[in-house]
Amino acid sequence: MTQKPARPLSRRLFLRSASLIGCSAAAWPLLSPVTFASAPGDARLVVIILRGAMDGLDVVRPIGDPDYATYRHASLTNGKTDPALNDFYALHPAMADLMPLWKAGELGFAHAVATPYRDKRSHFDGQDILEAGTGLDVPQPQVRDGWLNRMLQAMPDLQSDTAYAVGRDEMKVIEGSAPSMSWAPKTQLRLSDQSQRLLERIYEDDPLFHAASQEAIEISARLEAEKEAQATGMARPAIKGQAAQLAGFAASRLREDTQIATFSIGGWDTHRNQRNVLAGRLGDLSGAILALKSGLGRDWGKTTVLAMTEFGRTARENGTGGTDHGTGGALIMAGGAIRGGQVYGHWPDLADHALFEQRDLMPTADVRAYAAWAMRGMFGFEKGLLESTVFPSLDMGDDPKIIS
Amino acid sequence: MAGTKDVSTIAAIRYGYGLSPDQPAPVNAQALLDQLDAPDTAATLWPLSGTDFMRQQMRDMQGARKAKRAGDETGQKRIKAVRKRLNNQVLIGLRAQLARASLSPQGFRERLQFFWCDHFTVTSKSGVTATAPDAFAQEAIRPHLATTFAQMLRAAVTHPAMLLYLDQTRSIGPQSAYAKKRENVGLNENLGREVLELHTLGVDAPYTQEDVRQFAKLLTGLGFNAGKGFVFHPNWAQPGAELVLGQRYGGETPANISDIYAALDDIALHPATAHHLAHKLAVHFVADQPDPDLVDHIASAYLAHQSDLRATYAAMLEHPAAWAPLGGKARQPWDFMAASLRAIAPPAGLIADLDQKKTRSWIIAPLRAMGQPYQKPLGPNGWAEEASAWITPQGLATRISWAMRIAALYDRHLPDPRDFVQSALGAAASPTLIQAAARAESKSEGIGLILASADFNRR
Repeated sequence: MTQKPARPLSRRLFLRSASLIGCSAAAWPLLSPVTFASAPGDARLVVIILRGAMDGLDVVRPIGDPDYATYRHASLTNGKTDPALNDFYALHPAMADLMPLWKAGELGFAHAVATPYRDKRSHFDGQDILEAGTGLDVPQPQVRDGWLNRMLQAMPDLQSDTAYAVGRDEMKVIEGSAPSMSWAPKTQLRLSDQSQRLLERIYEDDPLFHAASQEAIEISARLEAEKEAQATGMARPAIKGQAAQLAGFAASRLREDTQIATFSIGGWDTHRNQRNVLAGRLGDLSGAILALKSGLGRDWGKTTVLAMTEFGRTARENGTGGTDHGTGGALIMAGGAIRGGQVYGHWPDLADHALFEQRDLMPTADVRAYAAWAMRGMFGFEKGLLESTVFPSLDMGDDPKIIS
Repeated sequence: MAGTKDVSTIAAIRYGYGLSPDQPAPVNAQALLDQLDAPDTAATLWPLSGTDFMRQQMRDMQGARKAKRAGDETGQKRIKAVRKRLNNQVLIGLRAQLARASLSPQGFRERLQFFWCDHFTVTSKSGVTATAPDAFAQEAIRPHLATTFAQMLRAAVTHPAMLLYLDQTRSIGPQSAYAKKRENVGLNENLGREVLELHTLGVDAPYTQEDVRQFAKLLTGLGFNAGKGFVFHPNWAQPGAELVLGQRYGGETPANISDIYAALDDIALHPATAHHLAHKLAVHFVADQPDPDLVDHIASAYLAHQSDLRATYAAMLEHPAAWAPLGGKARQPWDFMAASLRAIAPPAGLIADLDQKKTRSWIIAPLRAMGQPYQKPLGPNGWAEEASAWITPQGLATRISWAMRIAALYDRHLPDPRDFVQSALGAAASPTLIQAAARAESKSEGIGLILASADFNRR
């Protein structure tokens, strides 16, 4: 069990006031845990953080907007308008493998969404805001946990393995006082009994090392036991690709008692050669979603996958076959629990005057609202809790009914 | 973690790659600064390849591809040969860097190189430029470790590795003479933004999107190609002057690179840059949450000495907070690995002569599994600093496993763990660890325990 020692989200945004360092999350009333009555059932939620700013305009292409073709040339898009999602939007061809999910209502999007972060367009502050789940009006030093963690804090019967961070990237979105586990596929830890005892002894006085080693020992033992139990069963096919491996491992946990999993996929910062780079990343992401579906089996039906990024990219191409940092972008949703087959959101228009700072896709919705409605639909959390504790001072607006 | 106040132990562990049984630890702050004045013997002993090597491979690859397209049967063979040479050179570079870190008596110099290479993160985005980070370390960073930040900034921002990494090599002024004759060429903001956000002012400084845009326009003209190396193309430069942070730069025809230098020099001496760099130094060397007074003290010295780096380090090292008890930081995986090898002190040739297979299984794969893939940070902000980013269940499990089998790398008899705990940690070993080391079932497990301990993994 993690029970990580109190730690600040330490990038500069979270450090503006040194005097507050050291106080616990509970000291900030807005962010304190609230018990919740309704049973969360056995829904499964997977949050994928796409680091580097995915170009929503190239992933879910608004081909019905007359300005789109003037901003995005064939050198970037190959001039492709298929696979078509509907009369207005086409999907990036590198995600064509997901079209069966779209047709089955298990893949959907929300367009022109953003976090409240504006103006400076820094990846790193953008990711911090995305994972903290706050608006800019919340005093940042007090935010020391991610929004998934604050959701966990409100879950009844929270167990040590209810939530998992998968992979080797830091996942601030799930860090905080509520316990969660953290592991990467293919990690091994085999110790003699004596070494294990001695390690436990020498880590005893250091909370960080103590917690990490206890969790490592517990997870390794569990995986080892599962492996032995499965040894007589059918061998699973090897999964190719790093993102798909993360997804495959996440699915293996979600088949057990885990309900929440999160991991990240990097490499979306397509300033140059976007045509090839983005196709590669979207292939990874599609592979990850398909690995979740196949790994989850029957449980896919109660699963929601949310793939979110820190911001979108410029409406116009830059001078090097790519796009620069922007604002509004797209949210990708998948899973048997969603009402897919739709592109949600209010389209703002791409005319120059309609762009944010005459440059970026204008956000017309807060991406956190979709995450909040997903949590409400899946776990039954009250709106008040979501708007004050999980996402402080969020206005969820009308229910887009993304959960079926 | 013993709260030792032993200056020599702190100097070796906090400001170097730790203790070695074969070398005396630096005795004080002055001894650390003296390392920077002494000849750079490690760079001579364990050289890195430079831009010339990289350009040669790029040209060879271009030639081989051209031959292949023309139907020449040797083309494919030549492509393979270049790839092999590149892979090999990356491993040679890795072993050289590791040998420097774990064997050099100038540990502070090596740590500073790591710090500044991380501050100015570059990675290679294509196979043929795989050795770019080595060239960058050797040419842009190492010569400037103790000059001024302004000089290092010029060298870093105009180095081919940086131009390639942050997409400057094709960023062209939209109204430039070059752009007027072609379609689909224009500006790329990447380098301009990251110089202001990461390399100099810091994201909290009062600059705007318009400053980014203007600065990106000012940077147009910087270029690189395999034939000529670094080039400045006046006809790529955006005509007219640019206004960056309220200052006008450039405007003459033809455009001149001195305008870019002038802007970099001014930005280097901006108070926000001083504070940003001082904070980063304090965070990297001293504590995840550094004493604000230490940061102010470093920043003041930086400004008073016009970004002189030796004076900046001296200011850090003269502050009492710089000698607070160890434990404020976790060693990053590279630091952990180098310090482990330094403590073990294998025969001098072992690291530099490690074969390809062992380099991969002992160094490259474990670094990745510990969360720090060699020369491949996720983004231009480099590696995380907080202890909690590294001491994760999966990261620590990999450190423990690596430590427990490291004894296999020895080709001489293993030390007694009771002695090893003293030579590896000196005054920084806690009584608990000393006791536990004596109780291990075998020498190799004892050494593993010591290297896996919090005492050893914190600094």
